[in-house]
Amino acid sequence: MGWAIALHGGAGDIPLSLPPERREPREAALRHCLQVGVEALKAQRTPLDVVELVVRELENHPNFNAGRGSVLTTKGSVEMEACIMDNTKRCGAVSGLSTVVNAISLARLVMEKTPHIYLAFDGAEAFAKEQGVETVDASKFITPENIERLKQAKEANRVQIDYTQPNQTDPTKEKPTADGGGQIGTVGCVAVDGKGNSATATSTGGLVNKMVGRIGDTPVIGAGTYANSYCAVSATGKGESIIRATVARDVAALMEYKGLSLKEAAAYVVEECTPKGTCGLVAVSATGEVTMPFNTTGMFRACATEDGYSEIAIWPPSTQK
Amino acid sequence: MGGWSIAVHGGAGVDPNLPLQRQEAAKLLLTRCLNLGISALRYSLPAIDVVELVVRELETDPLFNSGRGSALTEKGTAEMEASIMDGPKRRCGAVSGLTTVKNPISLARLVMDKSPHSYLAFSGAEEFARKQGVELVDNDYFITEENLGMLKLAKEANAIVFDYRIPAKGLETCSAGAGTMETALLMNGLPINAYAPETVGCVVVDSQGRCAAATSTGGLMNKMSGRIGDSPLIGSGTYACEVCAVSCTGEGEAIIRGTLARDVAALMEYKDLPLQEAVDYVIKHRLDGGQAGMIAVSNTGEVAYAYNTNAMFRACATEDGFTEVGIWE
Repeated sequence: MGWAIALHGGAGDIPLSLPPERREPREAALRHCLQVGVEALKAQRTPLDVVELVVRELENHPNFNAGRGSVLTTKGSVEMEACIMDNTKRCGAVSGLSTVVNAISLARLVMEKTPHIYLAFDGAEAFAKEQGVETVDASKFITPENIERLKQAKEANRVQIDYTQPNQTDPTKEKPTADGGGQIGTVGCVAVDGKGNSATATSTGGLVNKMVGRIGDTPVIGAGTYANSYCAVSATGKGESIIRATVARDVAALMEYKGLSLKEAAAYVVEECTPKGTCGLVAVSATGEVTMPFNTTGMFRACATEDGYSEIAIWPPSTQK
Repeated sequence: MGGWSIAVHGGAGVDPNLPLQRQEAAKLLLTRCLNLGISALRYSLPAIDVVELVVRELETDPLFNSGRGSALTEKGTAEMEASIMDGPKRRCGAVSGLTTVKNPISLARLVMDKSPHSYLAFSGAEEFARKQGVELVDNDYFITEENLGMLKLAKEANAIVFDYRIPAKGLETCSAGAGTMETALLMNGLPINAYAPETVGCVVVDSQGRCAAATSTGGLMNKMSGRIGDSPLIGSGTYACEVCAVSCTGEGEAIIRGTLARDVAALMEYKDLPLQEAVDYVIKHRLDGGQAGMIAVSNTGEVAYAYNTNAMFRACATEDGFTEVGIWE
């Protein structure tokens, strides 16, 4: 037993042909965030602090679909959501944020400063003001890449959720910004200390071209985010499938009710409970194991354990260059 | 075994001093809704249609905390949420933050059937409602005198009774008049006499073994605007799959933490527990001190309910003739 940490920057149809200029900044970001998390664990910060701090870093990075860099709604606006939970089952969630720089930190404040678990839209923004968290003009979250993604999604007249559908845009005409990124969903981090305390945090801008007001799996406890005395899980992919399969909760339930190991439980949920191309997750167990399964083309991910193992990857191990 | 089953609830946690007249009115309403569901089942309507139509009836009647008669936010407005789930393919739909939609459960159904998403909230949900042409009314329609009175009580109570999880804001200046609270029964941090009849729900298994669940609520009395509870959260307040359907009511935050509805199904699927045992286990072991109740049906035609509150408004019936309407034990 020892500490362990895993983080993701989204599962999806990440093409193997992703050019270096799109791949390297994200790999560097994963490396940086992993280091931030590992150092915090070594410094004995609680898992709750660690996951919040790592997700804040991921939110601030414009190449992932959370915080700055969030994908856009059908109206071209940003609506962010996030969720945090620890092994005592305390949790907090937020949806519909448009000015809060770090949604994950607001989720934590909901958990610690209110008698509630979940606040959304105007009410959440009002709470943010009350709490004095950092807010900026909504336009600050919007990046040129995401404006382009929205344009392409509208042209293809689809909400980019079905990774198994043939890509309707002509690949030769595909602009450099369309790096399969419409399918990049969500960031997250899970961590466990050497004493079995664990936590999970997930944050996202949601789906490209989503309807205004659409809520995904991220803030739904048990769907995209869950932790209890067995494990901590953060999922990513097609929200509607993750909700239906109560992915995060099921990993823990399989461990508890069927005695499966973390790896077995997570693999089962990803392979058997969600359609191909819709789901990936990172999870740690109370005993310090870590797993990062996905059924999509790729998942931006990184992990490390106290005994010295570490990994940063995008595609499945057999295809990793 | 086999055959249809139906259960309906109007909330867990009941004021022990609730006037007899109100209790009778509640039982009449539950009976009426149960019978509506039974007729629909006899006409071979699928489970998903039955749960929707029963919950619509509960929303329309102002007696319980949903639709008309919803509990009010701290601003004195109604902000409603609901969810529905169809067992066979686990399709689901949910809505939150509704202020003008007459029947939230029907909008949840439309999210499931007519949108590419599972969950819509606040202005986005209202816009969807307009586009779908569902019946819209002014927010006043949902507000009853009764609930305005309850809101006042709740606000007064909050000045004295506080939730231990909140740092004592301004408590230093409060003259701790807790002695004026007559009843020690608390739910969601409020004394039970400020606690209106609750969330509504319906679970059904039809004669083809298809299960469905639906839950609808105005949420917590005096809640912060924007607060979302367990009712629209799939896996917490509502869940249905091949083997069962569940609808919960009570302390929303406890239900969410316990992912109550999903846990019943998980115990049945992963530990082969029968329905009643799964329901009892979850109420006993998954609430961690919280208070809640639930109704459930299984695909083999069983019906079950359990609660750890003092009471729960409920009614249930099975095809082989069993019927029950109750509040207390």
